[in-house]
Amino acid sequence: MANYLVVGEVDKGNLKKASKEAVSTAKKIFGSASAVLIGEGASSVAAELGKYGADTIYAGDVNEYNGEAYAKAIAQLVKDKGFDVILIPHSWVGRDISARLGALLDAAVISDAVEIKLEGDRVVIKKPVYSGKAFAELKCRTPIQIVTFRPNSQGIEEQAGSGNVENINVDFGGVKTKLISVKESGGERVPLTEADIVVSAGRGIKGPENMKLIEDLADLLGAGVGASRAVVDAGWCDHTLQIGQTGQTVSPTLYIAVGISGAIQHLAGMGSSKYIVAINKDPDAPIFKVSTYGVVDDLFKVVPAMQEEIRKLKG
Amino acid sequence: MNILVLIKQVPDTEAKITVSSGKVNEAGIKWIISPYDEIGLEEAIQWKEKTGGTVTALSVGPDQVVSSLRTAYAMGADNAIHVKVDDYNMLDSFSIAEAIIKAIEGEKYDVILAGRQGSDSDNGQVPYIVGTKLGYGVVSYAKKVDLQDSKAVIECEAEGGEATYEAEYPVIITANAGLAEPRYPSLKGIMASKKKPITTKTLDDLGISPEPKIDVIEFQPPPPRPPGRIIEGEEPEEKAANLVKALHEEIKVI
Ligand SMILES: Cc1cc2nc3c(=O)[nH]c(=O)nc-3n(C[C@H](O)[C@H](O)[C@H](O)COP(=O)(O)OP(=O)(O)OC[C@H]3O[C@@H](n4cnc5c(N)ncnc54)[C@H](O)[C@@H]3O)c2cc1C
Ligand SMILES: Nc1ncnc2c1ncn2[C@@H]1O[C@H](COP(=O)(O)O)[C@@H](O)[C@H]1O
Repeated sequence: MANYLVVGEVDKGNLKKASKEAVSTAKKIFGSASAVLIGEGASSVAAELGKYGADTIYAGDVNEYNGEAYAKAIAQLVKDKGFDVILIPHSWVGRDISARLGALLDAAVISDAVEIKLEGDRVVIKKPVYSGKAFAELKCRTPIQIVTFRPNSQGIEEQAGSGNVENINVDFGGVKTKLISVKESGGERVPLTEADIVVSAGRGIKGPENMKLIEDLADLLGAGVGASRAVVDAGWCDHTLQIGQTGQTVSPTLYIAVGISGAIQHLAGMGSSKYIVAINKDPDAPIFKVSTYGVVDDLFKVVPAMQEEIRKLKG
Repeated sequence: MNILVLIKQVPDTEAKITVSSGKVNEAGIKWIISPYDEIGLEEAIQWKEKTGGTVTALSVGPDQVVSSLRTAYAMGADNAIHVKVDDYNMLDSFSIAEAIIKAIEGEKYDVILAGRQGSDSDNGQVPYIVGTKLGYGVVSYAKKVDLQDSKAVIECEAEGGEATYEAEYPVIITANAGLAEPRYPSLKGIMASKKKPITTKTLDDLGISPEPKIDVIEFQPPPPRPPGRIIEGEEPEEKAANLVKALHEEIKVI
């Protein structure tokens, strides 16, 4: 019987959504899971992962992020407890830790899985390659298997249960890099990669003054705000909002593309969204080929009217 | 500073990728330097032009990667190393990392610049494996790099914002979009690059035969998206109302 470990994430005492998804996924596919959670306030929120199926949660309280130190602590835990399969969200932290962990454990890593199944003792995964233009079905050949999955691709299920928490030590000795400062952008809105709904602006919005139209729609829906590279390059919004091959990858339940043509590099960042809505006045825009619902019309008329309708709906 | 730039050759981002019998059809694909690696290369060349030192480009792959090394020369690299692997698998990060580590054994580079991810594998693993095995720091998603005398200061994209790191040398830095704007090589540069020497090392030369750590079961075309529909309506307002209704009643997301 293999031993499964999930790497969770905590940010200033808040359990990140992807951690819950990781534990749920491990529980669903593997039948059991332990978890490790390192960060500020880890031990205070660790028990919460029990609700998603984690048996034991190893918590490391630290006040500073360091990928090297985190990876070393997790590698030590894997060796001490004999874990065979490690599941990690393909978030910023997951990407910064997973391959280091692989190198420390001589374990192959498969990144950004969108489908995961178990065949015998092997985890078989499907992942997009060439920016989503093809998919690869892969498995690790090494005794320890490490898989990262695309956040929001697996879903979250609550269970009845409670985990027990054990504290672990995270040693920062010998690290070669030091985090000096962190600047958060985005403010109140949900982080893009965690958002269930994303509303994205394209060049069709014509100018920076119209970002507000997109933001207002997003706020009505409790959604995250994204943008195409054309919008970012024009300086109409912060570069962290860029979605696509050279920006962020998102996989929300609903993606609303407003005035976006749907270039292949943009599709690379949102093509795995569950439902896609496109609002574009050009009926031949490629975005319609991937859309669940398309509205062919002027966004400056459609978006305000949508806001009206949503307000009515919400009473 | 002596800078090593890791260059992965990938299909042009505009290339049409087709799959048959579980394999990607490579015929007709134009091969380029992975976009992030090109950014890393540009950054390295700019540092050399400002502060001196050398830029060495290294690529692991079959013979065709030589064309990308020539492009690196044309942009301004001083040296080029081709680690020749005929049964190259772009997803097998460990074998690629092992070849890179062996190929640079005995050389001294202050900085290794790489891409945040290959635009083929979309992995972002190789720089971390190389760094971890060599005991070097790795800082990813760099948007601004300052190579000071005693340390490197790196501003990078992080979850929901930006982070600034300090790192001791040698350090591995991966380039994000925006770090530098790759130049177009001059005609003179392109002509000159054709005559520059490329150091070729085979796995035999390096004395390694990496065991693949990943099994590629097969490649598949992307799963088809369920057919969508165009929302009907006379006026934009009617279309908006029908859309909101569909989102609420059919897929129940709002
Ligand atoms: C190496 C590389 C990497 C790239 N990476 C990315 C990336 O990460 N992300 C990304 O997004 N792009 C990326 N691109 C750029 C990409 O190719 C496109 O240029 C870009 O996505 C276009 O943005 P857009 O759709 O907003 O603009 P456009 O293509 O100009 O589309 C604007 C759309 O708005 C519509 N429109 C205009 N006015 C209205 C109106 N009043 N009402 C309704 N619709 C209207 C138009 O019909 C049009 O379809 C990359 C390109 C390269 C070469
Ligand atoms: N075959 C290769 N030769 C040289 N560098 C590589 C190779 N594969 C990956 N790299 C480097 O590692 C980065 C990340 O690649 P990957 O791990 O495949 O996403 C690339 O952007 C390159 O800088």
